[in-house]
Amino acid sequence: MKRSLAVSGKYVTLVVATFVVLVPLVVVLFASFKTTGEYGATGPLQPPSNWLNFENFVDAFTSGRMALGFWNTGFILLFSIIGTILIGTMTAYALDRFDFRGKRLVFFLFLAATLVPGVTTQVATFQIVKGLGLVNTPWSAIILYMGTDIISIYIFVQFMQSIPKSLDEAALVDGASRFTIYRKIILPLLAPAIATVVIIKGIGIYNEFYVPFLYMPSRDLSVISTALFNFKGPYGAHWETIAAGTMIVIIPTVIVFLALQRWIYNGVTAGATK
Amino acid sequence: MTTTKSNPLRGAPGTAFARLRGVPDPSAIPDRDPSRRRLRLRNRSRLTPWLYSGAALLLLITFTYIPVANMIGYSFTNWDGLSRDREFVGLDNYIKVFTDPRYWQVFLVSLYYFVASFVQIAIALYFATILSFNVRFKNFFKGVLFFPYLLNGVAVGFVFLYLFQPGGTLDTVLGILGVQDPPHWLGDPNIANYSLASTSVWRFTGLTFVLFLGAIQSIPGELYEAAEIDGANRWQQFRFIIAPGIKRIISLSFILAISGSLSVFEIPFVMTNGANGTSTFVIKTIQTAFNFQRVGLASAMAVVLLAIVLIVTWIQRRIVPDEDVNLS
Repeated sequence: MKRSLAVSGKYVTLVVATFVVLVPLVVVLFASFKTTGEYGATGPLQPPSNWLNFENFVDAFTSGRMALGFWNTGFILLFSIIGTILIGTMTAYALDRFDFRGKRLVFFLFLAATLVPGVTTQVATFQIVKGLGLVNTPWSAIILYMGTDIISIYIFVQFMQSIPKSLDEAALVDGASRFTIYRKIILPLLAPAIATVVIIKGIGIYNEFYVPFLYMPSRDLSVISTALFNFKGPYGAHWETIAAGTMIVIIPTVIVFLALQRWIYNGVTAGATK
Repeated sequence: MTTTKSNPLRGAPGTAFARLRGVPDPSAIPDRDPSRRRLRLRNRSRLTPWLYSGAALLLLITFTYIPVANMIGYSFTNWDGLSRDREFVGLDNYIKVFTDPRYWQVFLVSLYYFVASFVQIAIALYFATILSFNVRFKNFFKGVLFFPYLLNGVAVGFVFLYLFQPGGTLDTVLGILGVQDPPHWLGDPNIANYSLASTSVWRFTGLTFVLFLGAIQSIPGELYEAAEIDGANRWQQFRFIIAPGIKRIISLSFILAISGSLSVFEIPFVMTNGANGTSTFVIKTIQTAFNFQRVGLASAMAVVLLAIVLIVTWIQRRIVPDEDVNLS
C-alpha cells in the first residue's frame, strides 16, 4: 500500500513537471495559428480553430526578416565552429603531446580564464573589438566565439589523453612530420570529441543573444536571437505574430534535439563539468 | 611520454647514431661552432608547440587578459569610451558603486536568482534520483525536463512574457483553480523578480538535472543491490549512496549558482528591460557603459562583479577541494 502510494506519487510529480514544461510552449504554439480576431476572442488555453493557418508564420518570417537571421546565424556558426575545432585541436595537440618550457603557464592561463565570466569583461572587450574595426561585422562574433572557447580545448585535451602516444611514436619512426601526425592520426581519432564540440558550440551560438546584440547592432546583421528580439517594438500588441516568430526559432531546436538526443546529453555533460 | 627532447629522431641529423655508438651527444655539449642548419632545426622543434597553440593563446590574451587589465585601468578613470582624454579619479567609481543605491541595489536582485537556484538544485536532484531508477517512459520524461535548457533565451523570454500577461496563460490556469484576482506578474515591483527568477528555474533546471543524472549513473550499480539486500529503502539509498556519490557535482552547482545569479541578463532584459526593479548587474553595467557613456563607472562595476566571483570560487576550492584537476 505504502509502496504503491510512493510509486503513484512519483508519476504524479513527473506528470506535473511535464505540464509545467510543456504548457507554456503549447499555448504559444496555439497562439501562432490563430487569426487576429480569433486571438482576441479566445482564451490562451483554447486550441486554434484552423491548424493550417500559416499566415502568422509567413508574416513573421518575411517582415521579421528571419531568413536573413538564419543566414547570418549560419554564416557565423560555420566559421566559428571551423575555427574552434582547428584552434582547439591544435592547442590540445600541443599541450598533450609536447613537453615545452612554459607549458604549465599556458595551462594556468587557460584554467584561470574559466574563472572570468565573459559578461564581466564585455565593457573592456568591446573597446578592443572596436579598435580592431570589427564592430558591426560578423567577424566580431566569430572571433569572440573562437577566442572565448576554453571548454572545447578541455574536451579535446581530455579525449586526446585516451589516444595512445605509441601511435604518434610509430608514425614518427616512419618519418611522419608533426603536422602529418596531427592531420592524419590525431584529427580523425578526435572525431567523437569534435562531434561533441560541434553540438554544444552549435547550440550555444544559435542561442547566443548578448554578443550579437552588443557587437552587431546593424539590422542587416541580425542573427536569429536579435531578429526575434526586434519583434518587441513594432509587434508589441500582435501576439499572434510574435508567437509565430518564437515558434520559428524554437522548431529547429526541437528537430535537432529529437535527432541527436543522446549526443546532446553527453555533450552537455562533457562541456558543463569541465 | 613523447617529448621533443627525448626523441632522438627530432634532433640534428646524426645525433641518434652518435648516441647509439656511445659517442657523447654533441647537442649536450655547449656548441662552439654550430652549423646554421642544425640551429634552425633545433629552434623549430622548440617552436613547434608554440605554433600549434599560438592562435589560441593570442585569442585568449587579446579577449580575456587584456580586457581584464584594461578594465581595471578604466575603473579608476572617468572615461566615456569615446573621447581621447580621461582623468584619473581614484576610487570615486568604486565609492559610487557601493554607496549609490541605484548601483548597489542590483546586488539585491541577484539574491532572487540565487535563492531560485536552490529551488532549481532541489528539483533537479529529486528528478535525477527518481529517473535513475526504473520508471516508465523514462526517456520521454528525461527529454521533457532537459529540453528547456536548449531553447533560445529570447524565445524563452517571449514565451514567459506571454504566460505572465494580464489575462494570459497563468491567469487563466489560476482562474480554473479558483483564483479570482491574480497579481500583475511582471508589472508589480514586489512580484516581478519572483516571476523572472521562476522563469530562470524553468529554463535551467534541465542542465542541473542532466549533470546530476550523469553523476548518479556513474555510481556502480552493485552498491544499490547490496543496499537493497541489506534492506535499505529508497531514502536511505539516496542518503547514503547517491548524495555522497555526487557531492562534487552538487558543490559545483552551488558555485555555478552564485556566478550565474550575478550574471543574469537575457531573461530580465527581454521580458522587462530592467523595469520595475528587475535590473540586474549586467543590464546595469551595459546601460552605464553604452547608453550613458560612463565606461569608467561600468568598469568599476564589472571589476566588483569579477572580484565577487573569484572570491566565491576561491572559498569553494577551500571548502571542497577538487580531487581531480587532471589536465597536466
